[in-house]
Amino acid sequence: MNTVEEILERKSHAVTRDAEVAPTHDIREALFELEAKGEIVVQRVPENHVEVTTKYGRTKKIPIDHTWHHKSCGQCGHIPGYTSSIYWLHRQFNLDYLDPTDQTSCTGWNYYASATSNAAAQAAVMSRNFAAAYETGYFPTIHCGTSYGHYKEIREQLVHHKELRDEVRRILDKMGKPLVIPEELVHYSEWVHVMRKKFAEKQTVDMSMVRATVHPACHYYKIVAEDAIYDPEIYGGQRTATVTATLEALGIDVADYSTWFDCCGFGFRHVLVQRDFTRSFSTLRKIEVMKNEVNPDLTVTHDTGCVTTLDKSQFSAKAHDRNVGIPVLSDAQVAALAMGAHPFRVVQFHWHSTDWRPFLDKLGINWQKYWDEFQNDLELIRAGQKSGITWEDADKPVVYGP
Amino acid sequence: MPTTHENWNPGKADNRHPEVAYEEKERLFLEVKNDPRYEDFLYGCYECGICVSTCPSARFYDYSPRVIAQAMAREDIERVYDIVSEDIWNCAQCFSCLRCPRGNNPGGLVTLLREVAVKNGLQETKDVLQGYSRVIYKVMLKGNQVSPDMLQPDFFPDWGPWVGEFSANMPVWRKAIPVDTLRGVTDAAWKTNRKTLLELYTIWFETGNMDIIKEIDEGLYDLLADVMQEELEEG
Repeated sequence: MNTVEEILERKSHAVTRDAEVAPTHDIREALFELEAKGEIVVQRVPENHVEVTTKYGRTKKIPIDHTWHHKSCGQCGHIPGYTSSIYWLHRQFNLDYLDPTDQTSCTGWNYYASATSNAAAQAAVMSRNFAAAYETGYFPTIHCGTSYGHYKEIREQLVHHKELRDEVRRILDKMGKPLVIPEELVHYSEWVHVMRKKFAEKQTVDMSMVRATVHPACHYYKIVAEDAIYDPEIYGGQRTATVTATLEALGIDVADYSTWFDCCGFGFRHVLVQRDFTRSFSTLRKIEVMKNEVNPDLTVTHDTGCVTTLDKSQFSAKAHDRNVGIPVLSDAQVAALAMGAHPFRVVQFHWHSTDWRPFLDKLGINWQKYWDEFQNDLELIRAGQKSGITWEDADKPVVYGP
Repeated sequence: MPTTHENWNPGKADNRHPEVAYEEKERLFLEVKNDPRYEDFLYGCYECGICVSTCPSARFYDYSPRVIAQAMAREDIERVYDIVSEDIWNCAQCFSCLRCPRGNNPGGLVTLLREVAVKNGLQETKDVLQGYSRVIYKVMLKGNQVSPDMLQPDFFPDWGPWVGEFSANMPVWRKAIPVDTLRGVTDAAWKTNRKTLLELYTIWFETGNMDIIKEIDEGLYDLLADVMQEELEEG
């Protein structure tokens, strides 16, 4: 909780990247105080981690492995190549990770869409997931930008409101689970960010001819802004470095555009039942602006809703002869592709709608060859000769040739 | 006539809801104001308009996060009722408005207003959420907001012909995903074990979330409660 005076003090001068004079409290100190009082358990970041700096110059620990993957319902449901690319990247470095079945979504999409929930329920859902991770000893890495932002906000609420902690603890007691809050809330794109140079070392697909735009996800860096990664080398430290630094490490030319701060138009409820708004905003304020200003080969983002909205909205705009037609991928999919991930077995391009073929053509990837290969997989599955594609089929990087 | 504290009412008719008693409007306002989170979300308003300039909904709707912050801060009971019954559903919940130099969280205020609208079963809210029931059903029961089998051409006609392709190939395409928890799953985003779902149902009942559903859609509540209670009893 802040006083008006504290907020005015924070907003009245330029951002200083010095943890000593950071204008917000360090929430982790409050977590450790609560732990010392026996109110919560703070799950520590595993030893194998990388330290990064956040908006006000604080240090944040990003775990490299021994991670419990808090999956995204939108990614797993509608963009499965997003999830498989994240895991594929881990597997290329033999990193220990857990893909749990005792995880629910954060249910935040529904909460932001319909408000048919309340603070206690939302905090209990988060805490149940974190307790499940803690029980395994693996540290949570959150795939969804909304889950990440929502959990950051719930963490603030739990720290500031004792009655909420008491209520959540009462419910968790019924399940025999402790109230656990991780030392850091980590978004998968932060893991991608700290791994970017390792990816570049294993890169086999030249991407130096690619021009991309970046859409930073609102719930990643606008909600509890001080937790996002910032780097003076990227945009002078004035915007989050996540995604942009990764693309630059892969040799991609990241082009700027004037509406970078705008949201994608997802709207939570709107994208499902009021899409006139979503279609209009995402194409008129994002895609068409990118196209008119820098004409990129693709646009890259790091959240579920952004990929869906920016990709799916382009069809109807095209029907109205608008200047659209930019393929949309996540940072994890781009990194996987750069390292030779199969475009269909791993990246799963076939779930994307805006034409991605020109992008693969530009990379010199004969997508038809790999589509035929994938079709053969599907025939074997249909014939009952194969139960499905497994990591055994997908792990090995493709060596793309002419 | 100069704009004053009393007549300031940008583009909105006075007392748009005379059928609702002032006391009822005041009760709803106080419910929002008394939420423990309220004091973290509203500190005052400079009327600078930064929140409006960043707001996606303000570009397409008669909607303003600044007006919401102003009306709440001025405790304008009539205007807040207009907002809680209509305006709030235009918000995209992107939280771009957190740029507020005063430290307000207009998107957070909208969340509180929405919670109150839902909890009190306002008719306008029921109307807005009518087409949304199947999504609530899915998230409450499966713990996932969306699932592959929701990709139906009649639900997403504007997403192009590919939705028909996703739908037609769904069973086999879902088997062609290397992730163990996703492979072959079509009615949820991933495989969730039963114990976890029972814990989720416990949360919905224990936190009063099921009562909220009952207020907004009794038929949906009956459907959900039947399945969940049966599962919990078998537990």
